[in-house]
Amino acid sequence: MSQRFPPLLAGARDSLPMLVGAAPFGVIFGTLAIASGIPAWATLALSALVFAGSSQFIAVSLIGSGTALPVIWLTTFVVNLRHALYSATLLPYARHLPARWRWSLAFWLTDETFAVVEHQLRQQDNEFDGAWYWLGSSLAMYGNWQLWTIIGVLLGQSVPGLADLGLDFAMVATFAAIVAPQLKKRPVLVAALLAGVVALLARELPFKLGLMLAALAGVAGGVLAERLAAIGKPEMKETT
Amino acid sequence: MSLQLLLTIAGMIVVTYGIRLSFLVFGHKLSFPAWLSRALHYVPAAVLTALIVPMALAPQGAIDLSPGNAYLPGTLAAAAVAFFSRHTLAAIVSGFVVYGLWRWLL
Repeated sequence: MSQRFPPLLAGARDSLPMLVGAAPFGVIFGTLAIASGIPAWATLALSALVFAGSSQFIAVSLIGSGTALPVIWLTTFVVNLRHALYSATLLPYARHLPARWRWSLAFWLTDETFAVVEHQLRQQDNEFDGAWYWLGSSLAMYGNWQLWTIIGVLLGQSVPGLADLGLDFAMVATFAAIVAPQLKKRPVLVAALLAGVVALLARELPFKLGLMLAALAGVAGGVLAERLAAIGKPEMKETT
Repeated sequence: MSLQLLLTIAGMIVVTYGIRLSFLVFGHKLSFPAWLSRALHYVPAAVLTALIVPMALAPQGAIDLSPGNAYLPGTLAAAAVAFFSRHTLAAIVSGFVVYGLWRWLL
């Protein structure tokens, strides 16, 4: 009980690079959502209550194009399913915590907090108060995301013609910038190519079902490519 | 529209929080299959590319490879800068510059 603040602050401090990295996305998200015609309350609610950047971006683009509700929910599920992996990986460090802690830390679980906390807790001894460290990273990421979303919303409201300036292009550019560096790995490249081709061919399907079809094809292609590469080099050990 | 939006967000909250709670709160009853964690690795690239490609190649619905489609050079520029520099923000800005110039010149 006595040593709350040092680990809390350490968690926030170690998340600093992530905070800086998330800031422009918070602004872009807020601005884009307003420019796509989504009301301010809904934009802020997405950041405050869903709190999952990539699925928020995708939701804005899907809501803007009139996608059916179940498809938006299903896309959210698929895109955020990786959090279940984080949830499972961090469980050993949370098992001893009271339920209210586990319910809270789960709500704030993001890619960034997972990366910071998992790295730290893996090499800490029992003396270290990991729960407060984890909470520090969570609160820093959460407050940061709310702040930059609000700034983006204000920006979107104060410049009403943003949509005409080609802000819808900002979505495409943002997604492309996130994906492109991952394409250096061949199975990921296969996944992206397949998903892109299927999405293009199936773009006229109703309810944006083409998106689901493309995602499935891409994931299957990636897994298959990984398998084939492993068969091709049976004696190679994983060194990286 | 408003009720629709409310339902959309409510569903997204339930889905996302449910996933995050899964192991941290109900972990003793669950196990994470290895094939699923392998498959998850490809989800972001697949979903994002599935969103990008139709927007960049067919912004009006029909495939448009003409010079009039500024989305295509803009997207390629953003992707190229991100691929070589890994600098996300620089990539987005470069994409925007190419997109803007392209629209302005043509």
